[in-house]
Amino acid sequence: MHIPDGYLSPQTYIPMFAVTGAFWAGALRKLKTQLHAKQIPYLAMAAVFSFLIMMFNIPVPGGTTGHAVGAAIVALLLGPWTAVFAVSVVLIIQALVFGDGGITALGANCFNMAVIMPFVASWVFRLFRGQGGQRLSLAAFLSGYVGLLAAALATAVELGIQPIIAVSTDGRPLFAPYPLSVTVPAILIGHMFLLCIVEGMVTMLLLRYFYRHDPGMLKEAEAL
Amino acid sequence: MMQRTLWIGLAIMAFLVPLGIVVPQVFGSGGAWGEWDAATLGQMLGFLPDGLRRYAGMWNAPFGDYDIVMVRSRPLSYLAAGVIGGAIVGAAVYILSKFLSKPVARPQEHE
Repeated sequence: MHIPDGYLSPQTYIPMFAVTGAFWAGALRKLKTQLHAKQIPYLAMAAVFSFLIMMFNIPVPGGTTGHAVGAAIVALLLGPWTAVFAVSVVLIIQALVFGDGGITALGANCFNMAVIMPFVASWVFRLFRGQGGQRLSLAAFLSGYVGLLAAALATAVELGIQPIIAVSTDGRPLFAPYPLSVTVPAILIGHMFLLCIVEGMVTMLLLRYFYRHDPGMLKEAEAL
Repeated sequence: MMQRTLWIGLAIMAFLVPLGIVVPQVFGSGGAWGEWDAATLGQMLGFLPDGLRRYAGMWNAPFGDYDIVMVRSRPLSYLAAGVIGGAIVGAAVYILSKFLSKPVARPQEHE
């Protein structure tokens, strides 16, 4: 899901930087006013968690691999804006230090995994948890599942529109070559049947753990 | 107490990271879909899109592909990348959020 350099045209990656930049500014403003010193270790842990879980490549039928992202549980425990910040830092370091995801694609990659995913995850969680939170486990699973699926869909769309908007005079694609009819199933099927289930399970198990050991944390996250 | 448990959990996770290399190998899986390097994509298509030629390789990451070249074995170099990367990410977020969180008592400037 980490789009490399050269796959997105400037018509795509520049606007993506603008959109993601607005969310970065929003996240920084939010953290400046609301971040308590005692939360800082949790932010660091959240980022380390997201970094590490992305290293667990899982084989997907068809010969490729994918991974969970961890942004959903971060959003549920620390709020979506905190997730924007923590997961963006992870993605920036992955691109700069490990060459995972392009520099020009950072706006898009952060938008997919650090903006879309945490906000969709939070929204789905609120939608399903029910009055008094009696459906917490289900809501947490769906939050991770749908959050990652939304990130995958955004990635597939960004790649799939390239042959429509960036073609050379002889009709050959200039950037990512495959149309939406290829990118959407290629990326989504592996996510729907495997990776999103993993993300959902991880989100559910960790949420249950925190609910048992530190229910106050969830209450605080709801305010964010 | 809780924080110590969580850090230990993350450390355990870091040491399991080589599974992210070994398990796909067992299944004979390649990389992620849509993240091929320029050479691979060029082979798949029979030509290399101009934009890809222009942008691919514009940045030379010190530990590309999570490979710490000093470590010969791929699973171990991946483990080293996990530990180093985890430390960088944790430190970066820690330091940045120190700056963002309200300073407890900044001495007031007097004119």
